[in-house]
Amino acid sequence: MTETTRTKGVSRRTLLKGTAGLAGLAAGSGAITGFPYVKSADAKVLRYLGTAVNEGDDISKQCLKDTGIKIEYITATTDDVTKRVMTQPNSFDVLDTEYFSLKKLVPSGNILALDARKIKEFDNITPVFTKGQTPGGKKIGNQGTAPWKVLYLEGKDSKKFATSATEFVTLIPTVYNADTLGIRPDLIKRPISSWSELLNPEFKGKASILNIPSIGIMDAAMVVEATGKYKYADKGNMTKEEIDLTMKVMTEAKKAGQFRAFWKDFNESVNLMASGETVIQSMWSPAVTKVRSMGIACTFQPLKEGYRSWASGFCVSKGVSGAKLEWAYEFVNWFLSGYAGAYLNRQGYYSAVLSTAKAHMEPYEWAYWMEGKAAEKDIKAPDGSLLEKAGAVRDGGSYEDRMGGVACWNAVMDENDYMVRKWNEFIAA
Amino acid sequence: MDTSEDILQQASPGLIPGSGTARAAKPTRLSPSFISWLQAGPMMLVFLAFFLIPLVFVVIVSFWDYNEYQLLPAFSGRGYTDTFEGCIAQLPDLCTIGRTYVMTLKLCFMVWAITLFIGFWVAYFLAFHVKSKTWQMGLSLLCTIPFWTSNVIRMIAWIPLLGRNGLVNSGLVKTGLINHPLEWLLFSEFSVVLALVHLFTFFMVVPIFNSMVRIDKSLIEAAYDAGATGFQTLVNVIIPLAKPGIVIGSIFVITIVMGDFITIGVMGGQQIAAAGKIIETRVNALQFPAAAANAVILLAITFLIITMMSRIVDIKKEL
Repeated sequence: MTETTRTKGVSRRTLLKGTAGLAGLAAGSGAITGFPYVKSADAKVLRYLGTAVNEGDDISKQCLKDTGIKIEYITATTDDVTKRVMTQPNSFDVLDTEYFSLKKLVPSGNILALDARKIKEFDNITPVFTKGQTPGGKKIGNQGTAPWKVLYLEGKDSKKFATSATEFVTLIPTVYNADTLGIRPDLIKRPISSWSELLNPEFKGKASILNIPSIGIMDAAMVVEATGKYKYADKGNMTKEEIDLTMKVMTEAKKAGQFRAFWKDFNESVNLMASGETVIQSMWSPAVTKVRSMGIACTFQPLKEGYRSWASGFCVSKGVSGAKLEWAYEFVNWFLSGYAGAYLNRQGYYSAVLSTAKAHMEPYEWAYWMEGKAAEKDIKAPDGSLLEKAGAVRDGGSYEDRMGGVACWNAVMDENDYMVRKWNEFIAA
Repeated sequence: MDTSEDILQQASPGLIPGSGTARAAKPTRLSPSFISWLQAGPMMLVFLAFFLIPLVFVVIVSFWDYNEYQLLPAFSGRGYTDTFEGCIAQLPDLCTIGRTYVMTLKLCFMVWAITLFIGFWVAYFLAFHVKSKTWQMGLSLLCTIPFWTSNVIRMIAWIPLLGRNGLVNSGLVKTGLINHPLEWLLFSEFSVVLALVHLFTFFMVVPIFNSMVRIDKSLIEAAYDAGATGFQTLVNVIIPLAKPGIVIGSIFVITIVMGDFITIGVMGGQQIAAAGKIIETRVNALQFPAAAANAVILLAITFLIITMMSRIVDIKKEL
């Protein structure tokens, strides 16, 4: 008798455990949607998926203070962000991603365009995004996936980009920058002024580019054009022949031992540069700052052919509606209202609404970061650490000069599939 | 299925509970074959749920079509044809996939040979030269110390050591042995093999040691009494009896190295092709069917190597 009871107990417990496990699995996989909403009905919580660029504790704390919205960061690499949107669109509310991903994201139907009329500062967004020119009127290069090409949709649920302004905005712009090569001036000891220097045999075994095919090939194209070998109709949308040509130039350089290594993430690029393994390489602005903060000379070198630019912004998951959608608008409006913009400007990026960011920055900071003037006082990072001593001038000068010098934008090509295969060939060569 | 359990059983005896002893100790009316199924059941279910079913999905997806942003569930060999693109046209030169596999196999072979050599002697020392069980245990634990930190950290730790301005190079330059830093120390096949050997020798030591401690010491004494030299004893007694451990260790090392792309990426400066790297690039470009096709190819090749190895040594018979 006792024996039976015990057995029964065990089986019931096992059954319960099994059920709980299943429920856990289901919740984890996102099958039970709405599950977290019940709990968070009062606390305003937004799950924010993005790369680490915009994500800062300071930003989320300030946002909670100002709006009562709690931001839960889900950090991933650009590739993983895209993968997640495709495969788990219910696992986030607000999406922070780059414009070039839109060519993949919009046709997938997993993201929701935002209504420009509900964005307070929309009309104050820098003309870089809306018109493709700087506030001073300089025309910006439109090769690649330039933001203004993919900024609007034809309708609310449209999967087609509109050619003129509509109220349906794919991504509300937040942050962008102009990228160029990073160099070690102390080891090169002469001025560098062209992208072609990346393949200069003088730097044999001391050069590097990034091993992210869609960005790496753009840098390669800048180099090919700089050497005068070929002029692309659109570096961001090459034909198969152009991809072959570009990869041939790069493969020859690789076989000749030009590259010390390729890098895949921020820290790798910092280590290569800081340890002196490389003296010239593709680099991101904050990585250059990081090397410099280690006490090692490193320049984010402006080059005569111009910059390769990128930009990112906000949209929401297609599953977001009702109160949650209102919070998303509230959050985006808060983000453009100045605090976050000033925070990003102080990191060397640029904010989408310049006027509000300016109001949140000291005049000397604005002069240093945005106007290309020598720093009147020491320039500090948002965390308070010293970035530059008084008297320093920002690499590449003012906002006008830098954004006005953009030659092309990060892109997803029509021949992306072919390009990825060719890139693999380049790595295997 | 059987083989994998045997491997586990051999690698760590007692991991699969109750085989043999429990059955004899507690007689029961249930038929022995039912109990065997019951015992093997949980492992079988785990194996089914987390290995076989996903594997079937991978094979199915590898025959799907795809575009920039989605999988198209229609039969297509595109994942495979793209992978072997230009392979015939390029003959006698190797195409990308060919070059990638030659490189992967080359690295795999080097790592296998070196880990086997080192692993064998470490196991030999532990099994035959260390007399006390306590010391054997203590020294085996010592072997695991590197595993107390993460894989990535152990790998990255080599970089400041081997770099152009690293410890080794600056040491050599200072002693006057070389004038210029050695470039091939880092971001080369050398550094990849070094890191892989460092990471995986332990996987050789454990199974070989396991086989060796089971060797009846009287056999060695008998060989000695019969006038065999140390070398003859090694070749004719110890190596044949340690064979299952050698094969299992080899399977561990080969399967891991064939699929590795992180170590090869980091230590090779992202410049060395690896089969796993192609899969990663494809996945990152959202080309899942092509990634799946490459995974199937990698699996087939690894499976082929392991089949060949188990032809040489019948593990089941040896155990």
